[in-house]
Amino acid sequence: MYKPNDLIFRTTTSLIAFILLGFSIYLLLAGHNSPGGGFIGGLMTSAAIILMYMAYGSDILRKILPVNYRMLIPTGLLIAAGTGIGSFLFQQPFLSHTYNHFHLPVFGDLELATAMLFDFGVYFTVLGVTVTIILSIAEDR
Amino acid sequence: MNNFLSLTHIIVEIATVICLAAISVSFILLLFRIVSGPTNADRAVALDSMGMNMMGIAALMAILIPTTKLNDVILLIGILLFIGTLAVAKYLEKGVIIDRNLD
Repeated sequence: MYKPNDLIFRTTTSLIAFILLGFSIYLLLAGHNSPGGGFIGGLMTSAAIILMYMAYGSDILRKILPVNYRMLIPTGLLIAAGTGIGSFLFQQPFLSHTYNHFHLPVFGDLELATAMLFDFGVYFTVLGVTVTIILSIAEDR
Repeated sequence: MNNFLSLTHIIVEIATVICLAAISVSFILLLFRIVSGPTNADRAVALDSMGMNMMGIAALMAILIPTTKLNDVILLIGILLFIGTLAVAKYLEKGVIIDRNLD
């Protein structure tokens, strides 16, 4: 059978996948007051994962990243619903969010909002849905 | 000093509009290549360069409407362009995009 030589493709993939994952984390964290957010962060992470699947084949990637992407969908939905239900503990209406200032050792004064947790839920749901769709189309059995 | 600043502003705007016109001409020529490319590889290369021109148009529009929010969009177009071109190239070479076992 015809065997391709993917040396350049694999070397650039090992560089670019790191840049993609870092950029996706940046987009996820920067979504509060600049373009970005959970949705586009999840799409970028799934793009990095699909790039690694294209370069190395699905057998190797299933050993390297043993993640069940279907389980990410209920996990993200539970996180997003939990931030809504958690507001009942403080006698507030559903999905009411708050923020506070924290003093962390490295970052200094930081304003953390609970909308971040909702964004993480969106992130995991989008990541799970996208990778599940593409992988179940690609595998023909 | 104020006069000099306004003059520079006018020069930058005129240069940006000229660059937008030049990129539009490049778009039309690339569109001709996509429609009448003899092989599929010609169309793939033309689509790749069209995406690069799109990055240029996003950068020039960020100059015209003075904003820094478009920098993420430029990086995003570049990444999606790279992945899309790789997928097309792999399909043209092997027929599958994600194969089960590479060795």
